[in-house]
Amino acid sequence: MRRICSILLALALSVFVFGTAAASAAEIICSSTTSTENSGLYGYILPIFEKKTGIIVKVVARGTGAAIEMGKRGDADVAFVHAKEQELKAVAEGYFVDRHDVMYNDFVIIGPTNDPAKIKGMKSAADAFKKISEVGLFVSRGDKSGTNTKELAIWKKLGIDPKGQKWYLEVGQGMEKTQRIANEKRAYTLTDRGTWLATKDKDRLEMEIVLEGDPILFNQYGVMAVNPAKYKHVKYKEAKAFIDWLISKEGQQVIGSYKDKNGNALFIPNAK
Amino acid sequence: MDSIIESFSKALSLILNLDRELREIIFLSIEVSGTALIAATIIGLPVSALLGFKRFPLRGAIISMLNTFMGLPPVAVGLFIYLLLSRSGPLGFLALLYTPTAMIIAQTILAFPIVASLSHSAIVSVDPIIRQASMTLGATPLQISLAIIREARYGIISAVIAGLGRVMAEVGAILIVGGNIAGFTRVMTTTIAMETDKGNFELALALGIILLTISLLINLALYFIQKRGVAGVNR
Repeated sequence: MRRICSILLALALSVFVFGTAAASAAEIICSSTTSTENSGLYGYILPIFEKKTGIIVKVVARGTGAAIEMGKRGDADVAFVHAKEQELKAVAEGYFVDRHDVMYNDFVIIGPTNDPAKIKGMKSAADAFKKISEVGLFVSRGDKSGTNTKELAIWKKLGIDPKGQKWYLEVGQGMEKTQRIANEKRAYTLTDRGTWLATKDKDRLEMEIVLEGDPILFNQYGVMAVNPAKYKHVKYKEAKAFIDWLISKEGQQVIGSYKDKNGNALFIPNAK
Repeated sequence: MDSIIESFSKALSLILNLDRELREIIFLSIEVSGTALIAATIIGLPVSALLGFKRFPLRGAIISMLNTFMGLPPVAVGLFIYLLLSRSGPLGFLALLYTPTAMIIAQTILAFPIVASLSHSAIVSVDPIIRQASMTLGATPLQISLAIIREARYGIISAVIAGLGRVMAEVGAILIVGGNIAGFTRVMTTTIAMETDKGNFELALALGIILLTISLLINLALYFIQKRGVAGVNR
């Protein structure tokens, strides 16, 4: 009995030591969003960056709200998100530095193929939302994500408070799951083109883009480093190297060349 | 129905052709949950023995608390550990957030009440004759305790199995404190959750099958130990 105990103890200790010794200097934590990770972009660009600089970027994917919060608490070194207003606010508050535009894709409104609310042909996203609120069903991310923030901004512009309405379903899930729920419910939803293109065939969604191209649906991605003056432990140098690479000619070219398995370009680089 | 059969057959072919990334995920799962279970057992067994053999104030309250904590929601434990280990939290200087160690801590907290409480039940239900017989044979208090634990080992192993079930299947806590970082803190359950989100049902299913198989193997091994334990009691 005692021998078994001591063996178990030794095992436990060795794994503890092994577990903590793994951290090294050239690793940074990047807080980002589920939609960016699920698009497959990181799997494509990070190995290229790592090969060039030796810096390993560990991505923790959350909703945009949580991703920015992680940086504010000092739990990340760099944030790569898509909610420009929230980002600029966090920079103004002193939590982040070196914010840059990196790339964009756009939001689209998707709905059932037979388009029961007759949205197709409309030009304005706000008009489409109004129509859906009258005769359709809308599935919302409801998770403070970038997509959710954009959606709520459109409702606000319309002066409609959708919360608690019977045509409004807040699901509190990631983009792809939300699309699938909308598909099952024969409802409309707002999605980003990247997720839509990457998943519509795989998930066998019986849905179509019913409205696109309204400038209000523009989805800008930005990157920013956690302010080293606020948190001494952050790896600012490495974070800065990552940001500089993303907005460099090479990084921009790599982002632009990323295509999903159906050959669609998902992100358009636009760093200045 | 067809799509379910299709998913299963694709899942099976994925299992047969395990790639390196998946193997690492499986290994990390076993490492994290195994370590947490061992730690919970090492802490839990003495606690259960203490509660079983000694009478002291608040003993009843502690037992009730352990029983309540058997139902701790993993997400709440995850959030609590996150706030502790966060750079803005009291233990932030340890830099443990988003490491396997943080996941082990969270799962140890989840498994500990189960191991301690169920082991305690096993110890107190040992036939009092054992204690009396040991005493008449002139055993020291330590020897008496060891004799009782020996008799209770059947129940204690059940307690460890229950703890194992808790940590192997758990996703809420380790997702929050581990962050599901590819190649570092991604384990089977968090991968299943993520791949389901991404619509890769086959991969999620394959991992689910592997997880069950591993649990089955461990339980079989413990079952054989248990059987030997029962044979020993009946001897």
